[in-house]
Amino acid sequence: MPTAKAEVLQGTLDLLVLKTLDSMGPMHGFGIALRIQQVSEDLLKLNQGTLYPALLRLEQRRWISTKWGVSENNRKAKYYSLTRAGRKQLEEEAESWARMSAMINRVLETS
Amino acid sequence: MRELFNTILQRAFAPFRRRQLEADLEAELASHVAMAVEFNQRTGMSAAEARREALRSFGGVEQVKESYRDQRGLPMIESAFRDVRFGLRMLRRSPGFSIIAILCLTAGIGANAVVFSWIEGILFRPYPAVAHQERLMAVTGTVRGGSDPDYISWPDFLDLQKNCRQLDAFFVTKITGTTLSVGERAESVTGSIVSANYFDAIGVHPILGRGFEPGEDAGRNAHPVVVISYQLWQRRFKGDREIVGKTQRLSGMLHTIVGVAPEGFYGTFVGWAMQFWVPASMEEVFEEGGYKLEDRGARWIESYVRLKPGVTRGQAQEEISASAKRLEAAYPATNRGRGVKLWPLWQTPFNNAHTLLPTFEIMLAVVVFVLLIACANVGNLLLVRSLARRREMTVRLAIGAGRRRLVKQLFTEGLILSTFGAVGGLVVAYWCRGALVLLFPARGGVSMYLPNQIDWRVLGLSAGVCLVATLLLGLVPALQTLKIDLAGALKAESAGVVGSRGTAWFRSGLVLVQVSLSFVLLVGTGLLLQSLQKIRTASPGFSSRSVLHTAVALVSAGYDAQRALTFEDELITRVKALPGVESAVFARSTPMSFGSFSSTPIAVDGYQPAPDEQPTVEYNEVGPDYFLTMGIPVVSGREFTSADDEKAALVAVVNETMVARYWSGKNPIGERLQVKGRWMRVVGIAKDAKYESVREPSKPFFYVPLRQNFSVGASLNVRTQLPPGAMAAALTREVQALDPGLAIYEVITLQEQVDRSTSAQMVAVTLVGVLGGMALLLAAIGLYGVMSCAVSESSRELGLRMALGADASNLLRLVISRGLALTVGGVLLGAVVALGLTRSMGNLLYDVSPRDPLAFGAALATMIIVSLAACFVPAWRATRTDPARILRD
Repeated sequence: MPTAKAEVLQGTLDLLVLKTLDSMGPMHGFGIALRIQQVSEDLLKLNQGTLYPALLRLEQRRWISTKWGVSENNRKAKYYSLTRAGRKQLEEEAESWARMSAMINRVLETS
Repeated sequence: MRELFNTILQRAFAPFRRRQLEADLEAELASHVAMAVEFNQRTGMSAAEARREALRSFGGVEQVKESYRDQRGLPMIESAFRDVRFGLRMLRRSPGFSIIAILCLTAGIGANAVVFSWIEGILFRPYPAVAHQERLMAVTGTVRGGSDPDYISWPDFLDLQKNCRQLDAFFVTKITGTTLSVGERAESVTGSIVSANYFDAIGVHPILGRGFEPGEDAGRNAHPVVVISYQLWQRRFKGDREIVGKTQRLSGMLHTIVGVAPEGFYGTFVGWAMQFWVPASMEEVFEEGGYKLEDRGARWIESYVRLKPGVTRGQAQEEISASAKRLEAAYPATNRGRGVKLWPLWQTPFNNAHTLLPTFEIMLAVVVFVLLIACANVGNLLLVRSLARRREMTVRLAIGAGRRRLVKQLFTEGLILSTFGAVGGLVVAYWCRGALVLLFPARGGVSMYLPNQIDWRVLGLSAGVCLVATLLLGLVPALQTLKIDLAGALKAESAGVVGSRGTAWFRSGLVLVQVSLSFVLLVGTGLLLQSLQKIRTASPGFSSRSVLHTAVALVSAGYDAQRALTFEDELITRVKALPGVESAVFARSTPMSFGSFSSTPIAVDGYQPAPDEQPTVEYNEVGPDYFLTMGIPVVSGREFTSADDEKAALVAVVNETMVARYWSGKNPIGERLQVKGRWMRVVGIAKDAKYESVREPSKPFFYVPLRQNFSVGASLNVRTQLPPGAMAAALTREVQALDPGLAIYEVITLQEQVDRSTSAQMVAVTLVGVLGGMALLLAAIGLYGVMSCAVSESSRELGLRMALGADASNLLRLVISRGLALTVGGVLLGAVVALGLTRSMGNLLYDVSPRDPLAFGAALATMIIVSLAACFVPAWRATRTDPARILRD
């Protein structure tokens, strides 16, 4: 058992969502939430609800697009998919995240 | 950047699709929860457990929705919409309050908008049809050592015009008038004598025909052409499309109509609507005093310049002064001590901008006062209401509303009120924009025109006023809200003592300010009234009440000087024979008429002028028995007789101030005076009189006989005790017996003439009086409101007092004395302010000290009476307090 669950950093949630949609293709909100929790092995403490304002924000920026569809269990659900602008944004953010974490790692290792 | 744009775009449209978006959100969240429940059930939970776990991991559904909504729309704007809707609902719920508040604000903002539109229209942008009037400047001559601006001569104008590189245009326009007969009907019309470049310079293009061509302003009577106004064309020529090329007799000479000015162009003279324009070459036909285009000493023109873009008045003034200096050096005989001065349009000395300026300065201060009083009133009302709404505010605070949110709500309500007030105010302004004309007496049927505009500047200024009003209005209740102490306020309101609480103190402060401001206005009104009274009763130095005045349109009828003199002699003989007439005389100019007297350079034996001084004195040309007829005492020597004619030695009568100034007070009778190069003997000394304005200081003045100076005197003065109405018919009969083609102007007493010359004071008194009354009413409402509120708040105290034995008269005294204390405080404050401010009214006051005790006393009495009236009703209500009921509650 980990001692504490990490709070999702503001802004990182966007990155996680974009990455999930990139690797999994179009998904609905619950699917995205589930996927993030599974991948992070439940280390992230995420109120699933907070996902929705974030999804709306991404949609407003035209990084993801939405479409109503039907889930595997025949339930009406809103599907989110990555747009071309979203993919570009993901690349940029992933890169800057990598740079940032590498730098922080270096700092932690040297001191 | 694009993302930001997309975001704003989507968010901005969200409110309009709210229902759809809400349904979507609802469906999406429901589907999420349902899927989570199914998922949990698959991991082996019971249905209830699965649902609980799903909701737990989702977090608060409502919070999510709320933050989703914030993300979706523009919460600031949406909440503003909500505030407005809520505010409107609140105002509808208390219509009495709303109507009074809106009326107060309408009065305050309306008064400001009206005065702004007058100032804008008359002082700053008087000529709407004229191109680039913001770069227009008026031009006058100056006399070294003298304070009054003078006219410019035509040769000087031509020379100045040649040498100006900083100017776009330099043009002449001199107001004149004539009698116009078309068909049977004759009427007086006002027109302008202009330089040929006039229409091009102001960028006004005739709708028919043409303006004037270069060179048409040169040559003695060489170009009898005229451009007529649109109104004249419509009114007298029935809009004849073939008018151009037709002829019209003006001042005895046939003129060819070459053009019709566009609609909405009234010429360039604040106050009068111009009906026709003639080139300067025709000056001799319209103006008295003969041919002046080649006479550098004859100063008669009014002119304007338009600066080139980017040139300041200072630069242009420098250039034109340099030109004037060169003229002074080149023509010392006529130009010594003469300069040229540029004036911003709003200070134009030769039209009504100049007469109205001091009135407008006062008006501006007055309307700001009225606005402050109105705002204080509405602020007070809002404050009273905010106390009534204290519970509402407290409850809203208690269930979690932010204080900022409440303050915003209150400011929104203020903004709604002042917006209504502003709209009302602009409607008032629209109605009143032409009202200023009503305050000026009609003169002989000549059409009066005062420009007035409600343009974006007026709208902008009013919006600014409205904004300030809002801030003032919202501020007080907002501060109040910030002070609400939740725990204390939720408990029952504690009962107070009359005027002992913090807010009551604040409201009293507001009333104090109101009372003091309206006191200042009352004092101002009192001073102006007294001053007007003094002006109207001041002796002008001639017997104004028993002399009738009229004019015979000799110049317009084409009489030359010789013929005019013969006609005048015959007419005077006939008029003197009329029953009731004591004497009668012709003169060139009439006292108290606008810009009537010419001035001339003089020389006096034994008077040594300073090196660059050119002694210049105003004068009149008059017939025999002038002083007897006018009632101006001749203190020494004799007056003119019929013997002072062409063949006799040249003579002059001077006034006492002139004796003091040029003969150091020694008796000048028999001494010589040189006027326009001719020497004449002084034969009499006349008492000083007022010449152009009752308010003018005494100034040197002299008289010469009409017969020795050959100008066409048009002004007829008749000494009689008969009323003007009775005299008019007889005079017309006598004139037409001599020449059926001649018309006479209005017959009025000279006193009427004097009264008309004081119309600016009249206007000031009327306007300040009206606004002062309004302010007083507003202040009374304020006082009434505060006292009523104090009484109803302290009903507990009043009940107790009654129970302890106070009777009605005690309570009446208690309430009224408190109201009076406020009044007296306000009056004291007002008196201090008034003492500081009334000094700046000096321009409008005549023979009244700005500290006049009568004005202050009258204002005090009025204030006390009004405040007694305002306090009486609340005080009377206090005596109706039922102690038993109060103590039970």
